[in-house]
Amino acid sequence: MKANITGPATRDTDLERSQLEAELAETWKTPSGLWAALATVDHKIIGRRYILTAFVFLALGGILAALMRIQLAQPEARLIGPDRYNQIFTMHGANMMFLFAVPVMEAMAVYLVPLMLGTRNIAFPRLNAFSYWIYLAGGTLLWLSFALDMAPDVGWFAYVPLSGPQYGAGKRADIWAQMITFTELSALAVAVELVVTIFKQRAPGMTLDRIPVFVWAMLVTAFLVIMAMPAIMVASTSLILDRLVGTHFYNPAEGGDVLLWQHLFWFFGHPEVYIIFLPAAGMVSTMIEPFARRPAFGYLALVMALIATGILSFGLWVHHMFVAGLPRLGNSFFTASSMAIAIPAGVQVFCWIATLWDGKPVFATPLLFIIGFIVTFVIGGLTGVMVASVPFDTQVHDTYFVVAHFHYVLIGGAVFPLLGAVHYWFPKITGRMMSETLGKWSFWLIFVGFNLTFFPMHILGLQGMPRRIYTYQPDMPWHGINLFVSLSAIILVAGFLIFFLNAIRSARSGSVADDNPWAAPTLEWATPSPPPSYNFARVPVVSGSHPLWDCSDGLAVANGLRTDRRELVVTSLVAAEPQAREASPRNSIWPLWAAIATTVMLIWSIFSPWAVVWGSIPISITLIGWFWPKSIPEDES
Amino acid sequence: MKERVALDLSKLPLHGMGTASVTWWGTLAFMLIEGTGFALVIAVYFYLMSLAATWPIDAPKPDLLPGTLATLILIASLVPNVLMSRWAEQQDLGKIRIGMVVMSLFGVAPLIVRIFEFPALGVSWDTNAYGSIVWTLLGLHTTHIITDLVDTLVLTTLMFTRHGNNTRRFGDVQDNAMYWNFVVVTWLPIYGCIYWIPRL
Ligand code: HEM
Ligand SMILES: [Cu+2]
Repeated sequence: MKANITGPATRDTDLERSQLEAELAETWKTPSGLWAALATVDHKIIGRRYILTAFVFLALGGILAALMRIQLAQPEARLIGPDRYNQIFTMHGANMMFLFAVPVMEAMAVYLVPLMLGTRNIAFPRLNAFSYWIYLAGGTLLWLSFALDMAPDVGWFAYVPLSGPQYGAGKRADIWAQMITFTELSALAVAVELVVTIFKQRAPGMTLDRIPVFVWAMLVTAFLVIMAMPAIMVASTSLILDRLVGTHFYNPAEGGDVLLWQHLFWFFGHPEVYIIFLPAAGMVSTMIEPFARRPAFGYLALVMALIATGILSFGLWVHHMFVAGLPRLGNSFFTASSMAIAIPAGVQVFCWIATLWDGKPVFATPLLFIIGFIVTFVIGGLTGVMVASVPFDTQVHDTYFVVAHFHYVLIGGAVFPLLGAVHYWFPKITGRMMSETLGKWSFWLIFVGFNLTFFPMHILGLQGMPRRIYTYQPDMPWHGINLFVSLSAIILVAGFLIFFLNAIRSARSGSVADDNPWAAPTLEWATPSPPPSYNFARVPVVSGSHPLWDCSDGLAVANGLRTDRRELVVTSLVAAEPQAREASPRNSIWPLWAAIATTVMLIWSIFSPWAVVWGSIPISITLIGWFWPKSIPEDES
Repeated sequence: MKERVALDLSKLPLHGMGTASVTWWGTLAFMLIEGTGFALVIAVYFYLMSLAATWPIDAPKPDLLPGTLATLILIASLVPNVLMSRWAEQQDLGKIRIGMVVMSLFGVAPLIVRIFEFPALGVSWDTNAYGSIVWTLLGLHTTHIITDLVDTLVLTTLMFTRHGNNTRRFGDVQDNAMYWNFVVVTWLPIYGCIYWIPRL
């Protein structure tokens, strides 16, 4: 309806391939230089940054874990004092959960989902840039506070009254709470992007039953984020209010309640576990196909299991509060629901086993991690069913049994698949293969080291060793196992070091990968490795659930898009029928300014409530700059 | 990989409205986030109430007048809001401009009433948990109105510039109208909680 502002529109239809690629590259490019790097909205660049940052946090959290293991190796060690130890386990837990595990899964999705769907960028790419900066700021805040010896020391779930105004002096608990605000804000932003990308930007013909299982997993995860994260934002905000302006949410003397905190936290905290686990499960279902050399067994069952887990995960939170003295009947209900969630998990495990059973497995490193995952996750699931029963939980609550349990599900259930996924998608992201030899070494060291480190912790827990203690007396029967655990951790650390070494070395000098080195069926492998800025020169058209396995006569693609405008295809929700050639926003520096303004406001508001009033002015200005239209082809309609 | 062209997309529109628009879905997703947040704060309200011996705790029942006035204004604003959404669909720029100015005024009006609503609660946020939760409910919804008002003001300005006459902007107007409906609808349960639950 509007005249063209920037000259005639060029169409891809009548262009030679090389010219098409050159024009698209010009339109979609991120130029070199710092400014352009700060302004980019390319989901691949942002996804890569996200992944790298998350792995830096993994390494930092790992260093803290190593420090704890050194301290606990012998009784009455003097390396770390009680106050520092409190900061360290809180930092380790909060860092691993909020700065590593959740972001790394979303980061993988930011990179992979648009490629797997056959689109050219994620929905709301500027929001994507904003979310990364906010995440970075939140992580920096937490680690700076640790460097200044004022890190949170109230555990990763910051129970009141310990974290309340009466006991949590100083700003430590506020930093925990505000770190939550940062990370949840960024997670929510990515969740919205993913939902809309998956709903509206699938390649023409990619009906709901042709979506790769990993993408389904991310869709369910995004909804979990959307429904669960508001709970912890309500919790952390009301905690800050109690501490800063004297509200009484958690003060029993004035009608508040401490258990309210636990309800709010775990209403988020339990789904959180699935926010970490479901993407990992989705990765496994997607990766298993090329290595089993057959389609995954039970697509429908796998997807239904993901959805069922997502729904059930909101009905379990009280199992974290069994020893808080709630009514008996309530406890029974939550025991039942906690055990019920083992069913969809079991369904997935059986599907994976069936896929491998019936396939012709190729035991490359990613498949090793998958198998390691299945074994470890089943053990973690078994101890999960055990602690779901109230009498048993009453015995082991707050002991090392629980520490063992949740590391089995977190590391076994999420980190193993993630490491497999890194080996698997590394060639797509970097254009180079990771070394198989080093990959196998790292797998075996990590797998063996992990089990030797964490299995004995079950026994320590049964022997009564509480979690979160900075040391123990020599007359306790724990030191033998503790020493064994700490020595085993060396094996685990060695495995991780080899993994990092392999990744760094391969990124520089690994053997060059072609487009589809694993002969995989999903669309991300239809583009060059690494993909060009526009992802697909011509948008794929899908007519089956394994597009690259059933395209012997060439990949079906669409034409008719413009090359002078960042254009992508919007399709209908269910049938993925093309609806519009929608514009995708250009690079912009405003998301960075908006993130800086938001950061200033959030940190300032730890100290003064007025920050919210004055701080919102620069935020509004940056948002206006962000959304104000420009006369460019993308604004045409 | 070898490619074969199987589909021609050149006839597609350059922008979709309603369910064909990504911003429409994005707005919906943000509404889901905020709706969950409101539902949780209301749940906290009932949780605290269930623990208290008397409700309100050590405070009079809130004065009905300002809150009810705000409710009436918000409900009345739905009429121009729905009309404007329709004009946006018909792409009638002249009417949209008028509608946006009217909606800006309807954004300011409840804020003026809010100035009297906070004192009418008859309790301070730091008196007790009851005061904390009603201030939070009212404060959250006020923030909600302010954000949408700022959005409306910017969009109104935009409609008077050369960028106004563009289907994209009409879509923005529709999304903005949808969001305002949401602001009004979320107020109703909050209004019920703050003003009527203590009177039951
Ligand atoms: C890499 C090897 C790891 C080792 C050796 C390790 C070790 C430990 C130890 C010893 C504790 C107990 C501290 C205490 O209670 O005194 C702990 C707590 C914890 N770990 Fe790990 N961990 C590792 C990786 C991870 C990962 C990858 C995650 C999450 C994805 C994670 C999440 C947690 C959490 C949430 C806590 C509880 C913190 C708290 O009590 O507040 N850990 N870890
Ligand atoms: Cu749980």
